[in-house]
Amino acid sequence: MTVTLAHNKVRLALHHLRDGADGGGVRPLLHVHGLGERSPDEVPEVLASWPGQVWALDLTGHGDSSIPAGGGYSCEVLMGDADSAVAHLGPVTVYGRGLGGYVALLIAGARPELVRGAVIDDGPGLTGGGVEPGTPFVPQQPLEVTGTPDPYALLELSVDVRPPDYATTFARLAATLSGLDVAVAVAARFRPPWLTAVANEPGVHGMAVAEALALFAASPDAPAAAG
Amino acid sequence: MLDPSVKIPVVLEPLEDAEVVTYLGAQAPSRQRSVVSHGVRLAVHEWGDEAAPPLLLAHGGFDFGRTFDVFAPLLAAGGWRVAVWDHRGHGDSDHAALYSWETDVRDAVAVMDSLGGGAIPVLGHSKGGGVMVQLAASLPHRVRQLVNIDGLPSRRNFPDVSDHQRTKMLAGEAAAWLDHRRNAIHRKRKPGTIDELAARRGRMNPRLRHEWLRYLVTVGARRDPDGWRWKIDPVIRPGGFGPWRPEWAMNRVPGLSIPFLALLGVQPEPMGWGTRPDDVTALLPAGGRLEVFPDIGHFLHIEQPQKVAEIVLDFLGDPR
Repeated sequence: MTVTLAHNKVRLALHHLRDGADGGGVRPLLHVHGLGERSPDEVPEVLASWPGQVWALDLTGHGDSSIPAGGGYSCEVLMGDADSAVAHLGPVTVYGRGLGGYVALLIAGARPELVRGAVIDDGPGLTGGGVEPGTPFVPQQPLEVTGTPDPYALLELSVDVRPPDYATTFARLAATLSGLDVAVAVAARFRPPWLTAVANEPGVHGMAVAEALALFAASPDAPAAAG
Repeated sequence: MLDPSVKIPVVLEPLEDAEVVTYLGAQAPSRQRSVVSHGVRLAVHEWGDEAAPPLLLAHGGFDFGRTFDVFAPLLAAGGWRVAVWDHRGHGDSDHAALYSWETDVRDAVAVMDSLGGGAIPVLGHSKGGGVMVQLAASLPHRVRQLVNIDGLPSRRNFPDVSDHQRTKMLAGEAAAWLDHRRNAIHRKRKPGTIDELAARRGRMNPRLRHEWLRYLVTVGARRDPDGWRWKIDPVIRPGGFGPWRPEWAMNRVPGLSIPFLALLGVQPEPMGWGTRPDDVTALLPAGGRLEVFPDIGHFLHIEQPQKVAEIVLDFLGDPR
């Protein structure tokens, strides 16, 4: 089953990959793909141990989501994509690959009552554009858009700048406002500067995906969200 | 794929019972047309002889092309074909799904292409000034001269940089931004009378005359059955957040390879960026020039159009 969500003028595809094995006692897990990827058709092996429902979101310009005219992508807008899914699903645990891992961090910091644990894993777009802008490239002709992934997304999200002190702001918001002992799990083996900084923050632990899923499945919902 | 050179005429809807508000020195554009940039339709306004050499202007955030209705004719009188486009989401241009400085730079290039090839002089105010610095740094072969009117960010006060992002973030700021986006598709600008819209804008532009702001309503807002509304996309909101920091824009300035003129009004006001002359002089490129106006605010070209136009025309030199 796929649900279509509206995020401003973009239509997002949110895929239901699997029901929960536990009869609905654990909040859903939200899978966020990497740059240029799309949601998997089935629950990936790495997430098989999650006891609850598993959903996967196609980000703007990816998979079955719509393509905005003329680009303008930022990770903050993709965080808004994730927020649209959170608005539909209620409290979730988020697992993100690459770019999706950075988005998972952002939404965990921005919606600490609703994101109960974020897992950052390896994947395309994990590095972003580095810690400060490089030499700007401006295409003087329109890029040919034949479908997803939108080439403007690939162009712009490969150079989005991720200063470590910006990323750690979100880690701190997640850690302090979620009330969780561990709010962010870093499963990625490759760690660009933003992720190295995040991994050193209180409330952020390095651990394997299965370990993180077990931890977050057992973590409480926020009192307000649970009520 | 849409061809950016295709010109679609702008359809101007007649406003029944529209109040005609005039303002001394303000002239409607000589021509209006459209340019399609990467699939987004942009409204272009021009003053002056179509055969004259082109000069491209860029307005600031929350503004629109016709905020140049007094300034642009003065430049056109100096022998230029003056063109300005409404940034995507602003004025009569399409409301896009996404906005960024990068898209504004690409849109500027599409408008330049519609004015003919080669390097041309460009002028930008506020956010438009920052966008033009980025354009000149990215495509130095497209820019002949660069004029920047209070568009050099040195501090972290950018009320008009909503689609770009700021670093400072407090708990709740991101959530407020997300809440705004959750409802954005249903959002409409608040309607009002000409005076009400002018008064509202006056809070952001306290140094500008009410009569001018009334004029702007009639050229920058549309008249709905329940009142006037600014045309800007309601999703565009002051007070964004994100990783962007002013030095990223300023660091491009010393390397500019073209004649560069920066004009700075140092009277503080809400839409201003709080940049100090010392912030700019330290980074001026070789041969670059800074003019400081101690008694003017952020909208130099609106407060003192004659004086600013004279300086700009002198800097640009003979159009031919």
